[in-house]
Amino acid sequence: MNEADIKHRIDAFRGANDPENRLEFLRARFDAGLAWVWFPEGLGGLGVSRELQQVVERELADTPQLNTGVQGIGLGMAAPTILAFGTDEQRRRFLRPLWTGEEIWCQLFSEPGAGSDLATLATKAVRDGDEWVVDGQKVWTSGAHHSRWAILVTRTDPDVPKHRGMTYFICDMHAPGVEVRPLRQITGEAEFNEVFLTGVRLSDDLRLGEVGDGWRVAQTTLMNERVAIGGAPVRRGGGMIGPVLDTWHEHPELRTHDLHQRLLSLWVESEVTRLSGVRLREQLVAGQPGPEGSGMKLSFAKLNQALSGLDVELKRDLGYDDWTFRRSEDVDFYGRGAGYRYLRAKGNSIEGGTSEILRNIISERVLGLPSEPRVDKDVPWKDLPR
Amino acid sequence: MTLLYSEVEEELRAAVRGLLADRCPPAAVLKRVESDPYDLDLWKTLAGEIGVAGLLIPEQYGGAGASAREAAVVLEELGRGVTPVPFFTSAVLATHALLATGSADLLGELAEGRTTAALVVSFAASPYRPWRGSSVNLDGGTLSGTVSAVAGAEVADVLLVPVGGELYAVEAADAAVEVIPSLDLTRPVATVRIVGAPARLLGPCDLAEVLRFGAGLLASEQLGVAEWCLDTTLAYVKERHQFARPIGSFQAIKHRLADLWLDVVRARAAARAAAGDDSAVTVAVAQAWNAGVAVHAAEEALQLHGGIGMTWEHPLHLYLKRAKACETALGTPGDHREALASLADVPGPEGGQQ
Repeated sequence: MNEADIKHRIDAFRGANDPENRLEFLRARFDAGLAWVWFPEGLGGLGVSRELQQVVERELADTPQLNTGVQGIGLGMAAPTILAFGTDEQRRRFLRPLWTGEEIWCQLFSEPGAGSDLATLATKAVRDGDEWVVDGQKVWTSGAHHSRWAILVTRTDPDVPKHRGMTYFICDMHAPGVEVRPLRQITGEAEFNEVFLTGVRLSDDLRLGEVGDGWRVAQTTLMNERVAIGGAPVRRGGGMIGPVLDTWHEHPELRTHDLHQRLLSLWVESEVTRLSGVRLREQLVAGQPGPEGSGMKLSFAKLNQALSGLDVELKRDLGYDDWTFRRSEDVDFYGRGAGYRYLRAKGNSIEGGTSEILRNIISERVLGLPSEPRVDKDVPWKDLPR
Repeated sequence: MTLLYSEVEEELRAAVRGLLADRCPPAAVLKRVESDPYDLDLWKTLAGEIGVAGLLIPEQYGGAGASAREAAVVLEELGRGVTPVPFFTSAVLATHALLATGSADLLGELAEGRTTAALVVSFAASPYRPWRGSSVNLDGGTLSGTVSAVAGAEVADVLLVPVGGELYAVEAADAAVEVIPSLDLTRPVATVRIVGAPARLLGPCDLAEVLRFGAGLLASEQLGVAEWCLDTTLAYVKERHQFARPIGSFQAIKHRLADLWLDVVRARAAARAAAGDDSAVTVAVAQAWNAGVAVHAAEEALQLHGGIGMTWEHPLHLYLKRAKACETALGTPGDHREALASLADVPGPEGGQQ
């Protein structure tokens, strides 16, 4: 299928569907295979090259769009994992409402005792007939308060080394025993949550992948997460440098030589980072994915922090827009005031893999450097010190 | 425009890399730098047999009619090898200046690799101050004056001298070219003195444009330098043991190399962008970034090699010297950032209020 064929399909689809009804339009778009064209037919795609998605986005730019701030975890992490490891039934059940945004997803991975060392996680799932009983505590769960489903990693075998005894589930966030408590952040608001799981019963058909294979399934999620954070296309002067440049242009009286030098350096760094992103996406489209993806989040975090910090300094504004403890509607890196952006950006080098862990990943998987000696590799999970 | 490498570019790269590995590995470069730095036999093979001398020259003049993208790939490889051949000075800078004049005979000779040229301009000049280091005047058909820090002049048969808005040709024999002890051992610079030399008018010359074109492609050479430094250091830290472990297993070292890799990844994107688009913004971005990355890569390489990196016998210093000299060549990173203030509409303070 080529660009002309896709355009033909889009024309036919547009002729038959009214964009006035947002939800119906999105459902129809999914059913027409124009949601994510590289997904298989019947699952919102056409089984064609990912490159053609650009054509779809361009042609449908003036129609109802997804809310990526709220749907980010579903689209960026849950969907590719369900596609890779789900049964036909799971794919049919979950992908459509995930894509249309009728069902929001969150991620139950990190725990108080398992952050960078995710594989040491302790939330246990015990089999009981056709069901699993889940007990434990998860943390840093963005959007849990409006989620219908979650992707969940649990410990199902404590007697084997940590990487081997995990199992991956889809968790029903409406099930009895799921309790979501807001966790207030340094910004004042609560974007993420603690999630307590007490005797939560999940039927076995919510399991994703084999019993004991949870780590491999989770790797698929995590690789996609790193591309999702920091992998989005930006235009020149876009992203975090955008609001800084706006202030710079609107308030010449705030400019100093020192800020000017630093801003120019960051402008250059933003631009070469943007170009790397363009190159990375070209590689993906050409079917030659390079290791560059591992680096995008690292540069994204560093730039966001430096630019938002500079923004506060430039404005010389000692105020803050709003410290009210409230639930946020979605994840927003670029909104609100400079102070908010500065504080929110601090999370960019922690969420989705700390910058330190990313440097380990780059040095070991991309550069082929040896790992640090591992003391926990062959020890059963239950015998690990914690 | 793509930021990837085409198949043709990869084939060209393989040909150049194979030849350099065979004829001029870094150890061989090191051996000759103090006596006779340029390897003109190698240049003959590169220019004539692989045909790199005529890459930028259209087919009507006997060249390959390729684009700057192919020349950039050659520069990456020559940077990787700190290869002492006058490709950048003759086949890029001088050739690009000559193309604007349409001097068919000279272009034909350059394309064949029979003649090597040098643009008589200071390597410390920039697109923003093109005349830095130059003072040449025209007087009744002859040229007189001095240009400092000219690269590639001592191996040139013909000197191309920009004066005002014109380009003149002077036979090398009619000028005094004095190589000075140079920071960059593999591309030394010379003072060129011309006293009443007969000069042939070739045509118009927009020197700032020529230097900008050169600066854009120099970013690819800097990428090659940085890549060699990163690759060589990776190999070394996997091999070198201390505390009964490869030193590359310590996070203190791994994290530095991960950061350096990320800098190099971005340098590759910047170099590719500048090779495909020599607009002022793209070139300034590539130079502002890549010049610093090359220096940083060489400095990191030296530190992570420990004592051996400080010795003359290890070729690493050739890369450090090339990188540091290139940082000044055709504009410092600071010059290019300053230019971006107007190019990218990030104006500075007026009067510097506090």
